[in-house]
Amino acid sequence: MKALVAAAVLVLSIAAAVTIGVADLSAADVLRTVAAHSGLPVAPLPPLADSIVWDLRMPRVLLAALVGAGLAVCGAVLQALTRNPLADPYLLGISAGASTGAVAVLVLGLGAGAVALSTGAFAGSVAAFAVALLLAGRRWTQPSRILLAGVATAQLFSAVTSLTMVAAASPDSTRSTLFWLLGSLTAASWQSVALCGAAGGVVLLVCWASAPALDAFSFGADVAESLGFAPGRVRALLFAATALLAAVLVAASGAIGFVGLTVPHLVRRLTGARHRTLLPLTALAGAILLVWADTLARTAFAPQELPVGVVTALLGVPVFALIFRGHGFHPEPPPSRGRGRTVRDPAGKTSGYPQSGAVHRPVSESELLR
Amino acid sequence: MRIEARDIGRRLRDATPLLAEVTLTAPTGSTVGLLGPNGSGKSTLLRLLAGLDRPDDGRVLLDGADRRVLPRRQVARHVAVVSQHTPDDADMTVGDVVLLGRIPHRARLAPVTADDLRRSADALDRAGLGGWEDRSWTSLSGGERQRVAIARALVQEPDVLLLDEPTNHLDIRHRFALLEDLTRLPVTAVAALHDLDLAAQYCDEIVLLDAGRVVACGPPAAVLTADRVERVFGVTAEVGPDVTGRHRVALRAARPLTAGPTKTAGTG
Repeated sequence: MKALVAAAVLVLSIAAAVTIGVADLSAADVLRTVAAHSGLPVAPLPPLADSIVWDLRMPRVLLAALVGAGLAVCGAVLQALTRNPLADPYLLGISAGASTGAVAVLVLGLGAGAVALSTGAFAGSVAAFAVALLLAGRRWTQPSRILLAGVATAQLFSAVTSLTMVAAASPDSTRSTLFWLLGSLTAASWQSVALCGAAGGVVLLVCWASAPALDAFSFGADVAESLGFAPGRVRALLFAATALLAAVLVAASGAIGFVGLTVPHLVRRLTGARHRTLLPLTALAGAILLVWADTLARTAFAPQELPVGVVTALLGVPVFALIFRGHGFHPEPPPSRGRGRTVRDPAGKTSGYPQSGAVHRPVSESELLR
Repeated sequence: MRIEARDIGRRLRDATPLLAEVTLTAPTGSTVGLLGPNGSGKSTLLRLLAGLDRPDDGRVLLDGADRRVLPRRQVARHVAVVSQHTPDDADMTVGDVVLLGRIPHRARLAPVTADDLRRSADALDRAGLGGWEDRSWTSLSGGERQRVAIARALVQEPDVLLLDEPTNHLDIRHRFALLEDLTRLPVTAVAALHDLDLAAQYCDEIVLLDAGRVVACGPPAAVLTADRVERVFGVTAEVGPDVTGRHRVALRAARPLTAGPTKTAGTG
């Protein structure tokens, strides 16, 4: 039910976002363009308007949705697997590796154009993931080891990136590198949409099929094993799937921060921790967030564009703070604030705990904005 | 279902033995208590029985079949485990935690059924936590978490229940309630326990471990003799049947922890 509502919101968001932009185009214009390109007998818009809708805005908005969905799902999966609320898709050094790869292409002139850039970024992230696994060593399945290895890898690759930039960059390439490091969807094309869509679809399905395992992992690897899962195999599959997806996404959009970290937490508060519902809703929420963040990024200071990563952080941090101030990671109910009713349990003991549901009560939007 | 350990051993990488030549049989429906001082190998033995760790020597058998050759999922439908430690930061509700126990019983992609919900509600009722489904796990006390963890294991409908110090954190009333349950339910239970008197009253068999080896095993009256309790635990005890005929252990005084076995003149 919630998923249907969220899906409807996403479709409307995409439709609305496509009509928003510097060029003044109406919803009817957009519909006409989509209809014309779907082969329906409609007269297309003038070539420039048609191109703006079909070649610029559509792929960009769709890529925003796909990247948002993918990052959020990767975050949710990694948080469950590592049992660490701070885990996000860039945990394994993936974004740092992608940056190194992209910067190498930009600065050292290895190949040219967007394709070379994405390829470089993808190669860089895969290399970083391999280094992280190598550092973690034989006991990589221990969550703390892979986390530490990821942090160390990220540091290493960031250092290499900085070194490359300082040693060989021109002001021009530094500027485009920086923009890319902060995350941006300007390079969107139908090709990147297809690639991210395919990778995202496959990985989401794999993760969704592993939902019970993720539920069990959230409660500890021992419990997961005693419930019939092979922890090593599950971890290997899901780490590899999310690492590859993150690499594909980072190659398409740069390192857009905060979506993978925050969206899963927000959705968990609204729908509960069961991954069967959590994962699809996290995907939808991430998509909606990034569609609007990118719309803001390209229109707020038009014709100047903000890196979308700046917008996600600026939007994300306050929302995050509001939710966590209200509920906290450890929702020990503070009696003085009187959030819950004091209940008397059958044994006659007065309990300060809020009545069932109050602790994890979903946050309403108005409450959130108050 | 019967669970057995045959001559199992476990060593650290540097060959320090944690457990050696341990043989144990828990017949169908029995309640077996693992007793022993800290570091005697109780938890190691339970982890091996639970399949959370592999023995270096010997085998663990379920109804005579080596558990390593049985599919994990099938084993999970028969064997449930309550670990000594539960995570203290899981961002889950009590209902989510209990429902984990139903995972082995449904198809991988199937949603939670009404039957699953009813069973977990029943299990919470039995644990004295009826209607707590929506509470946050992190808001529970240690004893409440323990009771939820046991409810989670029971909705798994196990034939064999392995519990590592399940009475930790529990208040006196719930300790008794838990052991009453274990003896009453048609489940084979193997539990590591610290409370000798409780174990003596409720267990059909006691396996006494010390330094990774079985010191004695058998019915409580045969295993928990005053002499043996003194030797293994360093505590003086009075043992014997109470008015209901159950074996009891009353502890009197502990040997000083640092003193040698005998007092020598001139040390004062």
